[in-house]
Amino acid sequence: MRELKYVITDPEGIHARPAGLLVKAVKDFSSEIKIKKGEKAMNCKAIFGVMGLGAKKGDEVTLTFEGADEDAAYDAISKFMQENL
Amino acid sequence: MEIYKGKSVFGGIAIGKIRVYRKGKQQVKRQRVTDTDAEMARYRAAKEEAVRQLQGLYEKALKEVGEANAAIFEVHQMMLDDDDYNASVEHIVCSQEVNAEYAVAATGDNFAQMFASMDDDYMKERAADVHDISERLLTILNGADSAAADAGEPAIIAADDLAPSETVQLDKDQVLSFVTVHGSLNSHTAILARTMAIPALIGTPLPLDETVDGRLGIVDGSAGVIYVDPDEATLAAMREKQQAEKQKKELLQTLKGKENITLDGQKVMLYANIGNIKDLATVLQNDAGGIGLFRSEFIYLESDHYPTEEEQFRIYKQVAETMGNKRVIIRTLDIGADKKCDYFGMEPEENPALGYRAIRICLTRPEVFKTQLRALFRASAFGKIAIMYPMITGIQEVRQIKQIAEEVRKELTEQGIAIGDPEQGIMIETPAAVMVSDMLAKEVDFFSIGTNDLTQYTLAIDRQNTKLDAFYDAHHPAILRMISMVVENAHKAGIWAGICGELGADQTLTREFLAMGVDELSVSPGSILPIRKIVLETDVGAYKAGK
Repeated sequence: MRELKYVITDPEGIHARPAGLLVKAVKDFSSEIKIKKGEKAMNCKAIFGVMGLGAKKGDEVTLTFEGADEDAAYDAISKFMQENL
Repeated sequence: MEIYKGKSVFGGIAIGKIRVYRKGKQQVKRQRVTDTDAEMARYRAAKEEAVRQLQGLYEKALKEVGEANAAIFEVHQMMLDDDDYNASVEHIVCSQEVNAEYAVAATGDNFAQMFASMDDDYMKERAADVHDISERLLTILNGADSAAADAGEPAIIAADDLAPSETVQLDKDQVLSFVTVHGSLNSHTAILARTMAIPALIGTPLPLDETVDGRLGIVDGSAGVIYVDPDEATLAAMREKQQAEKQKKELLQTLKGKENITLDGQKVMLYANIGNIKDLATVLQNDAGGIGLFRSEFIYLESDHYPTEEEQFRIYKQVAETMGNKRVIIRTLDIGADKKCDYFGMEPEENPALGYRAIRICLTRPEVFKTQLRALFRASAFGKIAIMYPMITGIQEVRQIKQIAEEVRKELTEQGIAIGDPEQGIMIETPAAVMVSDMLAKEVDFFSIGTNDLTQYTLAIDRQNTKLDAFYDAHHPAILRMISMVVENAHKAGIWAGICGELGADQTLTREFLAMGVDELSVSPGSILPIRKIVLETDVGAYKAGK
């Protein structure tokens, strides 16, 4: 399992548009990918869960990747987070 | 006549029949089903149809209101594909042996509830999106026609609130204005109204019944008012106001897409001044040739800490990409004791206008300056960024800046980070800079004259002090001579010179500036087309001869 911690820098937080992009990005991988803020852990492949975190600028989120392509997913999503959130 | 006051989303006057828009709210009955597999198949077919409809709406919105506003329909498609949403529908259908309609309505309510209970206004509003997709599924499952009503004649649409899909489905030619009882400035309806540039009000306590429906109404967008059954005097006054606005708008529309060239062939660049990334839409709408002054200080003023390189980079990159191959001149940090950020820890000053500000802060706190320059150099790989330094008084400062910029460029290159080759220019806003502009011109790529400060420093008049208004002359010959001198010195050194202060938008001076050979005028977005009109009608040679 790989784990990625990321502090949101986008002033609007994970709002609808980036949540959609994130879901689209993680769906390319077969690994189970979860996104967690505080105690709440959500399926990163479902847009309602991702938006439901209500992650704002300055919040730390933790993504976990588990499965055959977890390394590739980790690399791609790290890059995605830095560029978009 | 009844008058209702709301919050203005977009200005302008609309006069016409009011049509109350009623949602095709689907009635849902809970019914037992025996074949849950068949029911799920029915649900999946409805979902596919809904996704197909949303794709159509996305493409329609893309054409009408642009990619950023159309994106919501892409998000709606993803919501329909949401695993949790679909699992919930399936669970309700299979475990309770009920119809898909009931399962969709219940699921929609649950998910909407989740958003409505979040402590974030933006997220609260997403409950409307959930209702919107659920309603779409229900409409398809019920085999009813889409909720889009047909209008008959162009009307003022009054509604409780409008879902984004409802707004886009309305035939634009049939909509004079939107007036909603609910909704917020962030709602999609508000955003769309602004993009469509039609008058719109939200938060208007309008009764949606027969006292309004079908009556004559007037929406005064800028005043935030709707008149129902207006009296003759109001109607006449508003017709006149509408006519004046229409003529102005039509005239300006005919100027869109035209080159800024005088009758005798002299060209000038007309750029826009902006103070926030939110102004980008108006820059494009007004056909600006570029951005002549992007005031980067909003990034600092809106923050509670020194903005990081990443935070700044993202904003500069967005502007550069949005403007494509058009020039974007970003002015580096211009704050001081009058425009201050607490985290800078600035001490109060007797005389802030002559104090520790702008480039003076940057040169004494190179770490703050370098962070901004790194972000700017990186963003310049994504568009045509130019960097402009404010409050220059002499050549020493410029050399110091160039040295720091060179260090930044070297560091980024060594780190293998992509950068562009941004032009670097300076503001001419001190009398000292004017007097040595011949020397400065050899050091930089362009000049932009900041007439507000230049006037204040030259005439020794504090603009904040209203007692001095009688002594203030914006057209003082001293200022005009200075501008002329700066332009001349720029041209001698083969660089271009523009004006980005308020004087640049002064239409009584446009001909004079053209005669001086000013290469660029950077003005507020709304002033671009009126100035283009003057440029197109001017014969510079004849103007000079007639002086």
